[in-house]
Amino acid sequence: MQIHDQPALKAEARNLNFFYGEAKALKNINMPIYDKKVTALIGPSGCGKSTYLRSFNRMHDLYPGNRYEGEIRFYPDNTNLLSPEVDPIEVRMRVGMVFQKPNPFPKSIYENVAYGLRVRGENNKRVLDDKVEQALKGGALWDEVKDRLNELASNLSGGQQQRLCIARALATDPELLLFDEPTSALDPIATGAIEELVHELKKRVTILIVTHNMQQAARVSDYTAYMYLGEMIEFGKTDEIFIKPNDKRTEDYITGRMG
Amino acid sequence: MQHSTLTAEQVRALIAKGKLKDTLFQALGIFFLGIGLIVIFLLVGDMVMRGAERLNLDFFMNFASRRAANAGILSAWVGSLLVMTVTAFAAVPLGVAAGVYLEEYAKRNWVTEIIEINITNLAAVPSIVYGLLSLGIFVYAFGFGQSILTAGLTLALLILPIVIVSTREAIRAIPAMIREGSMAVGATRWQTCRYHIIPYAMPGILTGVIIGLARAIGETAPIITIGALTFIAFLPPAPFTEVSAGVNAGLFDWLMSPFTVMPIQIFNWTSRPDPAFEINAAAAGFVLMVMVLSMNGIAIWLRYKMRKNIKW
Repeated sequence: MQIHDQPALKAEARNLNFFYGEAKALKNINMPIYDKKVTALIGPSGCGKSTYLRSFNRMHDLYPGNRYEGEIRFYPDNTNLLSPEVDPIEVRMRVGMVFQKPNPFPKSIYENVAYGLRVRGENNKRVLDDKVEQALKGGALWDEVKDRLNELASNLSGGQQQRLCIARALATDPELLLFDEPTSALDPIATGAIEELVHELKKRVTILIVTHNMQQAARVSDYTAYMYLGEMIEFGKTDEIFIKPNDKRTEDYITGRMG
Repeated sequence: MQHSTLTAEQVRALIAKGKLKDTLFQALGIFFLGIGLIVIFLLVGDMVMRGAERLNLDFFMNFASRRAANAGILSAWVGSLLVMTVTAFAAVPLGVAAGVYLEEYAKRNWVTEIIEINITNLAAVPSIVYGLLSLGIFVYAFGFGQSILTAGLTLALLILPIVIVSTREAIRAIPAMIREGSMAVGATRWQTCRYHIIPYAMPGILTGVIIGLARAIGETAPIITIGALTFIAFLPPAPFTEVSAGVNAGLFDWLMSPFTVMPIQIFNWTSRPDPAFEINAAAAGFVLMVMVLSMNGIAIWLRYKMRKNIKW
């Protein structure tokens, strides 16, 4: 691997600290997120990887007592996503998210996907129809649901629901897509479908994925970051991290001696 | 592993002992449940038997009268219905807005703490106090007089805590991941409330509203306090009908009309010396009971219908 094929930056955490009230959950994190690549966050439970992920779309702003320090620079416009002057709604319009448990709204399949567009004031039926179809195709769900778009989303299987949530996030063309352990509630076959989809999606969107499953990180990601107790222990190309980690703690976790 | 060795007989004896208590508790439960049910059936049965001879169409279509056999509940049931309408239109928007604000917008600090404690306490304020409050505010200060509007607003105040509390509970039952899912695509708080929180909370809110209305429809004390009439032989003016020569009622004139309601009519009849009026009171009591039960029935049906499509 050579240095000169380094891809462009999409985002970059700079001296990021995060506090739940008095408790410091993230400690001085510095990390690049490369454009149109999949970056995996791994580490034992409670290491702060979800907390870190949820900083990228300011999810923490929904709850009182949370506080950020430092910056997350977002490119190409070099916006600091964490700046108090930047509206968290603007951030969430640019950064999509897929959650741990599929969380479709108790509405129709169509309305689930169209929601992000409706929120942006789009009410033109033809535009909506077109975007919903594109998003469902992007989420690899179109063929399974095209004849029943008006059925309730809760009638879908767990794996289909999660792909619907991916389609919902894709409908608004996010620049960065966050996945918070997206397959932890799914069976192996549905998990395989999501992993394949992640692989497909990186052609058009930058992806940051939290996973508990090291095989998954190895399969889907280009870069991997290992976190432990709120610190970024090691970041690097996935194959390098898994074959020859620099830090003893990373090696212990990957080889199953700790975690 | 050390096993405690029980013989099969000992195990069976243990189970039999446990099951005996099971049976005893079950019998006790059925016994007490039976007492409650029997009391209700006796009360309703007694009312039906005593009031049976009055329960015909005339009873619903006649005004109050000095002769028991001719007296009916027309002005009372129309009055109750109109007052309930005002109550619902006032209490629902206020209560839902207050509940949504407290759950979705309000910052957790000492001000909201005090507001919350106050709402809980308001639910426990005796209804006659609301009557006194309304007498001062609605009847005199606002000049609404002894009208349907005053009665409706009084009862709206009375059930407001119920509506607020049931709204908040319904909202709390919505999982956080639904709210997060909505916010994650860039929705504002209001968009999240408008498209998700309020619609998904609606079954719970409606249940609370109807339970509140069912309580309000039986309230007597506050209505007497604000001065509802006990003997009334006319209906509030229907919109656009002629009220006097050449004068038509406006759309909302009925709001300012004097009125009576079911519980007052019943109270009035029971206090008459002529025992024949007791038959009227029993019949009207039964009608009021049916009104309350059917409201509860509607609440159950609505909740079932609306919840069918809401699954997480």
